[in-house]
Amino acid sequence: MASSRSVTKCLPRLFSTICRQSRHLPSHARAPSNLLRPSSLCSLPSRSISRLQASSPYTRSFTTTAQRQHGHIKPPKPGEEFVYLLNIFGNLLYVTFIDKDGQDYKFAVSEGDNLLDIAQANDLEMEGACGGSCACSTCHVIVTEDDYYDKIPEPEDDENDMLDLAFGLTETSRLGCQVVMKKELDGLVVRLPSMTRNLQASDFQ
Amino acid sequence: MSLLAGSRTSRRVLSWKPAVRRGHGRCKNLSTVSPTPRNPDASSPFRMAIVGSGPAGFYTASRVLSKLPQAKIDMYEALPVPFGLVRHGVAPDHPEVKNCQDRFDEIASSPNFTFVGNVTVGDSSQPGRHCTVELQSLMRHYDSILLAYGAAEDKKLGIFGESTLTGIYSAREFVGWYNGLPDCTNLHPDLTRGEDAVIIGQGNVALDVARMLLEDIDTLRKTDITEHALSRLAESRVKRVHIVGRRGPMQVSNLPLYDFIEPFLPLRQALNVTYQAAFTIKEARELMKLPDVAFHPVNRTLIPQDLKSLPRASKRLMEVLLKGTPDADPLETSKSWSLDSCLSPKHFLARSDSPDSVASTEFDVTALADPFDPKSRVEKTGEAIILPSDIVLRSVGYKSVPLPGFVEAGIQFDERRGIVCNDGFGRVTRLVSDSDASSSARQQVPGLYCAGWLKRGPTGVIASTMQDAFTTGDAITQDWLAGASFLGSHEGSSRAHGWEGVKEELGLDQARRVVTWDQWKMIDTVERSRGEAQGKEREKFTNVADMLAVLD
Repeated sequence: MASSRSVTKCLPRLFSTICRQSRHLPSHARAPSNLLRPSSLCSLPSRSISRLQASSPYTRSFTTTAQRQHGHIKPPKPGEEFVYLLNIFGNLLYVTFIDKDGQDYKFAVSEGDNLLDIAQANDLEMEGACGGSCACSTCHVIVTEDDYYDKIPEPEDDENDMLDLAFGLTETSRLGCQVVMKKELDGLVVRLPSMTRNLQASDFQ
Repeated sequence: MSLLAGSRTSRRVLSWKPAVRRGHGRCKNLSTVSPTPRNPDASSPFRMAIVGSGPAGFYTASRVLSKLPQAKIDMYEALPVPFGLVRHGVAPDHPEVKNCQDRFDEIASSPNFTFVGNVTVGDSSQPGRHCTVELQSLMRHYDSILLAYGAAEDKKLGIFGESTLTGIYSAREFVGWYNGLPDCTNLHPDLTRGEDAVIIGQGNVALDVARMLLEDIDTLRKTDITEHALSRLAESRVKRVHIVGRRGPMQVSNLPLYDFIEPFLPLRQALNVTYQAAFTIKEARELMKLPDVAFHPVNRTLIPQDLKSLPRASKRLMEVLLKGTPDADPLETSKSWSLDSCLSPKHFLARSDSPDSVASTEFDVTALADPFDPKSRVEKTGEAIILPSDIVLRSVGYKSVPLPGFVEAGIQFDERRGIVCNDGFGRVTRLVSDSDASSSARQQVPGLYCAGWLKRGPTGVIASTMQDAFTTGDAITQDWLAGASFLGSHEGSSRAHGWEGVKEELGLDQARRVVTWDQWKMIDTVERSRGEAQGKEREKFTNVADMLAVLD
């Protein structure tokens, strides 16, 4: 027990180390995208998240809505932190989200996480109104590369039925809740559809 | 978390362009002083009242709270229970659609959010069973009011027999009845009159109602459908359901739902285009999959031979309709349904042996100028047909109604479209004219906003209401930060006191009847445990007195 507690205490520091190291990454990783944040971080106490935020100038600002525990991403069970850490460094998969402003966010995630849970755990603007049960179209994502799109198992009828209602549907559209990360999808890049909300009433007059 | 994150957010918020809104060349601001930007962290917070607790209200609240973390939001709901149509509209066999309630619960648990249940906004001189607050009172105590109370009535056909014959029901009330809406508890539809049911209208509500009539009763038993509806549906003799529309499958199908939200709304308003609501493919597919229920083939001449050239959504829906139910033959199954196209209701006919009951419906047969054109015109051919109708459900759309006090508040209500006049972004506007009547202009009503069905009409799914609510939320925060004129601003330094101020005006006796969020959670717990006893998600209370009795 004692050892697991100390590991918990180390965790925030460890992650901030990752963040610091990430500054030395090659320059192709642009400012906000070079943050390698394991998505499971959301299960840490919020205090450590603040510390982590403070330690890196590159981190994206948090909104102040109550910390959302969408909790479908596997948090380490007490006593399993070591295994968990090993897992992280052994089996990290990367996924990049490009938001509607063109900003990209790269996350380190585990196998089995779906894109909706990853986006919500990292406070990206993705609603997931039906809670990931494939009954709405609010987690619509666009896979940027055909190769990756082909590696995702084909959508079932109910996913396609919901995609039919999605705004800005493309040939490589999917519902985030139905895309589950696996080794072949390491490096996946998805775009969040733009709702072109900035148009002004005068544009129509 | 709060300190650090708060300052981060404010930085982010200030980094947008807080410039005064562009794009309202024709929209005069009432304030003559040039607006000065407001600070989102100012000591006197932004206070907003939301009228209605459905998805439009909650999603707007969530957007405002995320951009103005200091904002204080009070949500007024006429019933003791929240969630509007998510609770009382979404079909009981669609529990996954109701998952958005978890998100609403999260929003409601914010310390800056107050639920004021069992309070009607309206005319307080009318004696009611519960507490009533006047719109003017809200206007005195808030910076802003968001109207998000949806559509509480429905459109009528206006044909002979509609209001005089028994056996004709509003689909909206039927939905409210099986979902436990207190106003509709006493509908008691008689489903034992005969085997033929006619549903007039081809929207998702029509398909939901058809599914309730055709679905296996044991499937419904596991849902949160009300007990009184279960027992009536179990006795139902209905075997044949006609879902009747004025136009064809290509016209009801897939006018994308997002046609109904911005950015197209201003365009639609400008062009004065109105579309018919349509059903979505999920609902059609569900009906096709019902065990032991057959679908009568659609009229093939109304669907293009070559589906390949159709847009994706249209093509997929047509495929579902053409495939039908290959494993179930209408001649062999006990229950069946059809989509009857090109029929416009003419009048209802009474039974010869019982002149006050509906027996059948006579329809004018219509013809489409171009059956494959989604916007095709439809004209009567002069022919008519009669469909046997032991029970009729009218499902031609919901309708919003204005609140008492709109005129005094300067809010204009578009009776024809059933919406509050707005700029398409949720800002309430009114059409005014100069004193010499030389010109007219659209003017923003300071501090007043609308969202959801009240803003864009009763169409679309929760996802479209969400997107539309976010647009309104953005407009509110943008206006506030830009220093636009709000309700409190013309009264100098007097600060809005929100619910506390309203409560004081109401008096202790009235305010005692208010239902808080914690009290709703108590009602929720009791409903769930009542349901558990019967092996279902929840057993809803179907009248207000029973809901309140939990709290005694």
